[in-house]
Amino acid sequence: MVNGLHLGQVRILKDAAPLIEVDTHVAPGSVLTIMGPSGVGKSTLLSAIIGTLPPAFTLHGHVRLEGRDLLPLPPEDRCVGILFQDALLFPHLSVGANLAFGLAQGGTRAERRAQIENALAEVGLAGFADRDPETLSGGQRARVALMRMLLSKPKALLLDEPFSGLDASRREQVRKLVFDHARARALPVLMVTHDQEDADAAGGEVVRLG
Amino acid sequence: MIRFPHLPLFPLLTVLFLLGPLVAGLWGTLLPAFGHFPAGGHTGPSLDPFRALLDWPGLSDASRLSLVTGVVSAVLSLAITALILAGWTGTRGFRVLERLLSPFLSVPHAAAAFGLAFLIAPSGWIARLFSPWLTGWERPPDLLILNDPWGLSLIAGMVVKEVPFLLLMSIAALGQIDGRRRMALSQSMGYGRIKAWMIAIFPALYARIRLPVLVVLTWAMSVVDVAVILGPSTPPTLSVQIVRWMSDPDIGFRLLAAAAALWQLVLVIAGVGLWFLGENLIARLACRLIQTGRRGRSDAPLRVAGFALGITVSLTLLLGFLGLIIWSFAGFWSFPDLLPDQFTLRSWMRHRTGSLDALAETSLIAGVSVIIGMILTIGCLETEERYGLRLTQRGMWLIYLPLILPQTAFLPGLQTLLLNLGLGMGRLPVILAHLVFVLPYLRLSLEGPWRAWDTRQATVAKALGATPNQILWRVRLPMLLAPLLTATAVGVAVSVGQYLPTLLAGGGRVETLTTEAVALASGGDRRAIGVFGLMQTAAAMLPFALALALPALVWRNRKGLLNG
Repeated sequence: MVNGLHLGQVRILKDAAPLIEVDTHVAPGSVLTIMGPSGVGKSTLLSAIIGTLPPAFTLHGHVRLEGRDLLPLPPEDRCVGILFQDALLFPHLSVGANLAFGLAQGGTRAERRAQIENALAEVGLAGFADRDPETLSGGQRARVALMRMLLSKPKALLLDEPFSGLDASRREQVRKLVFDHARARALPVLMVTHDQEDADAAGGEVVRLG
Repeated sequence: MIRFPHLPLFPLLTVLFLLGPLVAGLWGTLLPAFGHFPAGGHTGPSLDPFRALLDWPGLSDASRLSLVTGVVSAVLSLAITALILAGWTGTRGFRVLERLLSPFLSVPHAAAAFGLAFLIAPSGWIARLFSPWLTGWERPPDLLILNDPWGLSLIAGMVVKEVPFLLLMSIAALGQIDGRRRMALSQSMGYGRIKAWMIAIFPALYARIRLPVLVVLTWAMSVVDVAVILGPSTPPTLSVQIVRWMSDPDIGFRLLAAAAALWQLVLVIAGVGLWFLGENLIARLACRLIQTGRRGRSDAPLRVAGFALGITVSLTLLLGFLGLIIWSFAGFWSFPDLLPDQFTLRSWMRHRTGSLDALAETSLIAGVSVIIGMILTIGCLETEERYGLRLTQRGMWLIYLPLILPQTAFLPGLQTLLLNLGLGMGRLPVILAHLVFVLPYLRLSLEGPWRAWDTRQATVAKALGATPNQILWRVRLPMLLAPLLTATAVGVAVSVGQYLPTLLAGGGRVETLTTEAVALASGGDRRAIGVFGLMQTAAAMLPFALALALPALVWRNRKGLLNG
């Protein structure tokens, strides 16, 4: 199984005590949902995959993305994108600059500007480039955060309780948007959540912990 | 039990104690600067003092030195702090650096400066280490390393002292920023550690440490004790020259000093203006750079450099401290030898009376000013609690004002005002002057723990029928014992380290460990400097040891209060 995100007998220890154990595979374009109560180590698993595990934790097993071993790589070389509950748009940058931050390097200023405008139009936010992120609604911020992440061309996507900050009406809409975009780009998606609706909407395999 | 009958009094008194000396000092500077100084037989207004200042041939050099050394050392301190944080926060390496640097926060500036001087002087440890096998020096070389005319060693001394300060202020501020997720997000988009930190975290951090950074800048532009020890002497920095004129037996020089003090204030305001301009420029430039999407991945050399700089700062402080110890016990010590021929107690015996007297004076002043400061600070915090007030951004500026205003701008005025009013200088004015600098630090170190206290404890106590005063004395203060003691230790360290307030408000007659140590700078008696420098460091650091040990002792059977 060369394609997709592979977690081979991943065990995370906190100060030598076992915290979490996962052995699974996420195929391109599919969503794997990990469910469990808080404190079970779901977010720790995600930081292990992106490579920002705090020093108190140790990781055994292996993590492969498209056949590449991720563990020896620093976070910036792993090509694994992540989205959190909060959009975490940088408040000191305009919406457009936030997207430019994500957009992979290269291209002239005009080309970059065009790519950003396209990305905004794709999520129904055309003309928002010069706006202050603080003036956006929660759903709009979530959409900008998604495009910022996708513009950096990740090869896998991690979702850390991504929809729980949104009100019920927006949640379904944003959820569909995220899953559609991930599927269109054939990204393997790993989602941690404690919301059964998220798991149902994802439609993929569900792993329960704790 | 002491009662709190007039609670609103505390904020009023605090503002009075904070601003009174500032306003009086500035007034006392303004009058003689414009030629009005009855105690010296001058009545103004006239512009003669400013004419005399312009006629002083060292004016442009001294002004340039103050501006350049101040701005450069502030930029370097901030850059090194940011580099350490960007490359290492959240790692084991960072905890090593934090542990190596934080103990030096309380070391008085003068002692740290002497320590650096003992390291880098032509006859210092670094020269000894490489002599004669590498340098060929059999005798100390005739090099002007200390007091160099460009102020390089002065800059080094200030950077070494300010990096631990900014680092600890930053660590405290980082607790309010969701740094871990911001970093994860940026790194997952392919950004290198340092670039990710600089873009995602530094702007948020800088907004929170802007006032401490301004304190560093204005302090560095107007410092006296460190500049006396490490700075150039012909001409010295403007602030040092002001103090020289203030100490001149010819009382007429006070007019010149007052004019120079106003000029110093203008310089510092210009420096702060320049800084704001720089902030703006860098923010714009950074926004441009961010939009190119460059990832900055090969940052390993920068990370190593940050770690090395952190270690260098810590080693410099540590070796400087060791140097003080060894010199204070040194017998005969000839040049290229790394250690003295013999160790003796002679220097300690010789300076026993002098240093013990100075220690007693230091402790008395620190004790009284910290006690007054603690009563006012706790009174203010409790008042704000009972009336539901919160410190606004403007209030924060008020607290920082005495730290941001250059000491040389208002302390000389305080002295001339005392002279004009026919009031004596001495211990009481010194205590009041120390209070101006102790109060802000007490407030800053108590603010966090006081607000973090779980107010449900008060609700429970109230439900049990306790009065607000009983809650304060029997619940809140005992539970906050550890932070109260830490704040006390901070206050003592601040008071112990004060040079200029002691010198000027004391009229040169109040001799503390700090004034005695700095006075030794020109003489070059290293053994005496070792003794006084060590005593000064001990007076500032021992209270911290007590602040750590006491809660562990008092609450040894109360586990819930020990992990604070």
